[in-house]
Amino acid sequence: MTTKKITIEPVTRVEGHGKVTILLDEEGQVSQARLHIVEFRGFERFIQGRPYWEIPVLVQRLCGICPVSHHLAAAKAMDGIVGVDVLTPTAEKMRRLMHYGQMFQSHALHFFHLVSPDLLFGFDADPLERNVIGVAQKFPDLAVQGVMMRKYGQEIIKATAGKKIHGTGAVPGGINKNLSIEERDGFLKDIDQMIEWCRASLKIAKDYTLEHIGELADFGSFDSNHVSLVREDGAMDLYHGNLRAITSTGEKIFDQVDYQGYFKYIAEEVRSWSYMKFPFISSLGPETGWYRVGPLSRVNACDFIDTPEAEAARKDFLSITDGKPNNITMAYHWARMIELLHSGEKIRELLNDPDLQGTDLMAKGERRGESVGLIEAPRGTLFHHYKVDENDQVTMANLIVSTTNNNTPMNLAVEGVARKYLSGAEITEGLLNRVEVAIRAYDPCLSCATHAMGQMPLVIELEDAAGNTLDRRVRG
Amino acid sequence: MSDAIKITIDGKEIEAQLGQTILEAADEAGIYIPRLCSHPELKPIGSCRVCTVVCDGRPQAACVKPVMDGMVIENETPELLQHRRNIIDMMFVEGNHFCMFCEKSGNCELQALAYRFGITAPQYPFQFPEKEVDASHPDILLDHNRCIMCARCVRASQELDGKNVFQSIGRGFDRKIGVNGEKALGDTDMAVADRAADICPVGCIIKKRVGFEVPVGERLYDKAPIGSDIEGVRS
Repeated sequence: MTTKKITIEPVTRVEGHGKVTILLDEEGQVSQARLHIVEFRGFERFIQGRPYWEIPVLVQRLCGICPVSHHLAAAKAMDGIVGVDVLTPTAEKMRRLMHYGQMFQSHALHFFHLVSPDLLFGFDADPLERNVIGVAQKFPDLAVQGVMMRKYGQEIIKATAGKKIHGTGAVPGGINKNLSIEERDGFLKDIDQMIEWCRASLKIAKDYTLEHIGELADFGSFDSNHVSLVREDGAMDLYHGNLRAITSTGEKIFDQVDYQGYFKYIAEEVRSWSYMKFPFISSLGPETGWYRVGPLSRVNACDFIDTPEAEAARKDFLSITDGKPNNITMAYHWARMIELLHSGEKIRELLNDPDLQGTDLMAKGERRGESVGLIEAPRGTLFHHYKVDENDQVTMANLIVSTTNNNTPMNLAVEGVARKYLSGAEITEGLLNRVEVAIRAYDPCLSCATHAMGQMPLVIELEDAAGNTLDRRVRG
Repeated sequence: MSDAIKITIDGKEIEAQLGQTILEAADEAGIYIPRLCSHPELKPIGSCRVCTVVCDGRPQAACVKPVMDGMVIENETPELLQHRRNIIDMMFVEGNHFCMFCEKSGNCELQALAYRFGITAPQYPFQFPEKEVDASHPDILLDHNRCIMCARCVRASQELDGKNVFQSIGRGFDRKIGVNGEKALGDTDMAVADRAADICPVGCIIKKRVGFEVPVGERLYDKAPIGSDIEGVRS
């Protein structure tokens, strides 16, 4: 049998580096699409032997985009290693503030700088205009908002972690600083403006989705399971909770699972053509057990959001699917903006909490040998799992990063788009654009997913079954 | 005092006492001569050569060279600054110094010197040597990746702790700090309260479980560059 192959490399406006191959069958129809992750870093191996208290600072170097997520997931795991199950209120709230600051800046960056060109100019607009510079020229207010919102989040990270990128704030068992009155007042001054901008961003994402619902409904979309942390009462909780998995129609596959035992519920599969692993829900197997994570899954999986404006937005979001989970890939953007608003509301709530000025920063406990830390990172559920020996050295590390969880879904999204928009054996500009847009909906961070590095330009290759390259397009 | 003499450093005449080293006399006068292996509580050994000055026309290690009346010393000349920069640079590439996740960052004398000398990236190729981490001691971590062979620990253990925990072993590029124990640091009589546990200028000998307890902004060299305490006494 012969198939043909199309490759898109490098994929642009996502974090990291990727390449897409589209395989054609004998009839010239798309048989499969693969998003290849071609870089390799190997953090899981080289942190072995390092002392456990170093890990939250070391492992965040996986990424310059959302290092806070790795910092906090590792710190949560190391809390377990030092036997601390409950942090002091100041430590817990400082970490939460750091995390919401991170969520705020990452979602703002993604929406304004990476995605808005597609939404504002359309998928088929000239790539020379359809970029962040084009947005800055045509919609200067919006571009400035994006920069200011990102800055606000970054400043919160600096105030809680010590630095805007790669800070040291979270330490095993607690935090190394509180929030000064001056720092707090500086943030309170601007929070209402930030929330106002969140509302406006949410409106852009919502209006866009509703206006284009006909096209978006089957744009790289498919039914899938969804996985997320939820609080014990079912609320969305981006910092801490138990694992919940639901089907595409909302039935629970598992719920309130203590993540210390995540490996009994989630397994990973390796495929020869990618450094990125393929996780799945063990009870369902690799064929049907794959799932999505991230903003869409979190809004789908939670029972409610505990901040009023985001909760109203969630209800609004679910009303278009009659309260059932939304499985439209492009709805990620809308869900992401609901979370942006939620993060803004949470930041305001925390800034008004006097516990942030507390001085009891560290808790102590009895040393353990193994621990897991999970967090809902901007891109989805992030798993850190470590074993530490009696000499305090790490002996095992397993990281399942958000983008890895979305591996199968991203491949399916590309496949769906290719099936719909590929005609003949040529990679058109329209196809290239749409493949990128579909991948970008997941806000993939390919650098941390493979624990790889670099900018992410895109290459697409079209290949037949004999392995002959029929066409190749590059965007850098 | 009868032992009072005069010396000149970079054209400035200062008072010194016979029996002092150039480094000690300069410190008292508020003139900073960079150093790494030297430590006020330890006998100097002139090992790292970062404190090299030109004394009456000849290069000398300021930490071991005694002052003599009328000595003329060059300290901050472009040649000496470059020489010191080269030495610091070599220390970085000969070890595995990853400041970005080293808990000594901000309190590290090697890093602080690099900042003082404006070294943002090494000029020599990284050697990436294979080094061991000895975590056998319950309270102290010995990370050979970060050792600069200053031998402060060797001297502190002998001179201040009355023990003999550390020893330089091997020659040339293979030289390293060994421990006088059966296999590793955990087999020695070292205690966490020893001065030797607290005197390493870099992140090689560190107390366990301290990590990143001091936030960025409050670490020693976040506040003022290395040497500014000495320069601060200048009248």
